Amino acid sequence: MSRFSAFVKKEFRHILRDRRTLMILFGMPVVQVLLFGFVLTNEIKNAAVAILDPSKDVSSISLTNQLLSSGYFRLERNLSSTEELEPAFRSGKIKMAVVFPPDFAQQLAHEGKAQLQLIGDASDPNAATTLINYANAIVLDWQAAQNRSAAVPPLRIEAQTRMLYNPEQKAVFNFVPGVMTLILMLISAMMTSITLAREKEMGTMEVLLVSPLRPIQIILGKTAPYLVLSFVNALIVVLLGMFVFGMPLRGSVLLLAGECFLYMFVSLSLGIFISTRANTQIAALFMSGLGLMMPTMLLSGFIFPRESMPMALQVIGNIVPATWFNPIIKGIMIKGVGLETLWLNTLVLGFMALFFIAISMRNFKDRLA
Amino acid sequence: MSSITTTNLSKAYGEVQALKNINLSVREGEIFGLIGPDGAGKTTLFRILATLLLPDSGSARVAGLDPVGDYKKLRTKLGYMPGRFSLYQDLTVRENLEFFASVFGSSIEENYELIREIYVQIEPFRDRRAGALSGGMKQKLALCCALIHKPEVLLLDEPGTGVDPVSRQEFWDMLRRLRQWGITILVSTPYMDEAELCDRIALIQQGEILTIDTPEKVRAAYPRPLFAVRADDMYRLIRDLRELPGAAGCYAFGESAHLSLRDTAIGLDDVRRYLIERRHEAVEVSPTPATIEDCFIEFLNH
Repeated sequence: MSRFSAFVKKEFRHILRDRRTLMILFGMPVVQVLLFGFVLTNEIKNAAVAILDPSKDVSSISLTNQLLSSGYFRLERNLSSTEELEPAFRSGKIKMAVVFPPDFAQQLAHEGKAQLQLIGDASDPNAATTLINYANAIVLDWQAAQNRSAAVPPLRIEAQTRMLYNPEQKAVFNFVPGVMTLILMLISAMMTSITLAREKEMGTMEVLLVSPLRPIQIILGKTAPYLVLSFVNALIVVLLGMFVFGMPLRGSVLLLAGECFLYMFVSLSLGIFISTRANTQIAALFMSGLGLMMPTMLLSGFIFPRESMPMALQVIGNIVPATWFNPIIKGIMIKGVGLETLWLNTLVLGFMALFFIAISMRNFKDRLA
Repeated sequence: MSSITTTNLSKAYGEVQALKNINLSVREGEIFGLIGPDGAGKTTLFRILATLLLPDSGSARVAGLDPVGDYKKLRTKLGYMPGRFSLYQDLTVRENLEFFASVFGSSIEENYELIREIYVQIEPFRDRRAGALSGGMKQKLALCCALIHKPEVLLLDEPGTGVDPVSRQEFWDMLRRLRQWGITILVSTPYMDEAELCDRIALIQQGEILTIDTPEKVRAAYPRPLFAVRADDMYRLIRDLRELPGAAGCYAFGESAHLSLRDTAIGLDDVRRYLIERRHEAVEVSPTPATIEDCFIEFLNH
């Protein structure tokens, strides 16, 4: 058996023996995708609403039905007077109220317009805004349908908005690529830096250095297993996104795999770079945790839009690999674009990989101290 | 023919001078002991010879190669066992051995004869993880791993630390048997009794070599009469003996006190009389040959 393959075999043994870490490695992406996908979404479903409809005519009932059948709202209660509105909101049982005028259908028929009041509970401003927007959209829809059936359509301008690529604005389309950048960075960089630091901490590095193994063989032997692990994880995340959350994969699978490898390579080289600095596993954990995870989560545009960041943070965000990788996954999976659009991001990642590999090779000592 | 030589080897860590002008020469196939307390510079010397550290000045040759310039070539000829237990705790005995054999481009079968005697003792535990072995077993496994590629020079840095006395004895028996393969062994130890088992020893203290010779000659060079003294109250005994006119020094040594005399005219009876005058009970005084430890203390005092 060659030196290198013996080394890789040993690394796989370390990984497979450490059941707890292994479970974290494979459990984490699944849990994260599911968490982000199901729990932490911006969409609101089945919000409790109250309806105050004194007119109870064809139009108001038809509109109410359309609201309630949208899936976004569910009827919590019917109110009979405006006095009941305040207590209903106070009790926290409803998030929104719809108030019809007493003669809704008549107003519409005679004056060609009617007023409808939407009241939101803005103690949670984001939810209130979202609900009001949903309700507005449904009201507009309903109105359009009414107009179509009318004999003489009134003159009006209709702004047609289309949400491209993600018409339902599913948050998971944002989270799946985000989680991927995070997971790949975590496994590749953190695990590599920890495993190299462990050799130093345990004193085995001393023996490895005295052996005829070359530094590059030690580094590659350490990273190869994690490259495989990371790739399996990337696969899990993509498959979860596609089959659980209905995310499309419109672009080239091969390109996606290639870009994933490139990003993993950047992460691995970062991990090696950290390990040339950190002498203990704890130090490696802290450096990769604070130095890589936080920026990947906060600055890459995964959770907070980069456009709304202060200039300084945007600039710092530019040196975070995930900032460049995130648009690549989104581009390939959701928009179906290829290298002709993504060449700049790919190039930047490539340069990052070369840069970190170069400085960590320079910093990797083949002696102690 | 020298297998290891150093010429004016020096190394400092900041302000601390770890090694000062070390000159030594280890012959091919001998067991050479580096004897000294913790912090004497033993590990630093080992790391320089093992190509892991660069000396500040001076030079060395190991197996005919320069640890600074020819380090890559030298690494194939070295067996190195660092002071800490440095095997993979989560791999089994067999896997550790296989790994180190492959890394050095060898296999267990190829050099099995060399490690056979040691390996048969740990073979019953071949599928046990190294982390679950006793101290003595770990040490034997580490020795096997350092030997599996049949090195020309074996560097053992404090192999006896944390190992029970029986295992330590067995370990040294193995080292002595390894001589038949012509492997040069440089071993360091803080245990003076292990010094007796070496062919030649160097006493080292604060980065300086005090003497280099065979253990017999080091002991024979002890310059003074030496008595082993016993009495019921050892603490008072040592205190009183230190005040004996003509005494060069007195220190506890196992169950007796070793009294070194500056005045060669003082005899057994003089010591006995002196102690009885001071009301010591069960006094026993006898001449004793100097041990390596006595020699070490002698060097430290002068």
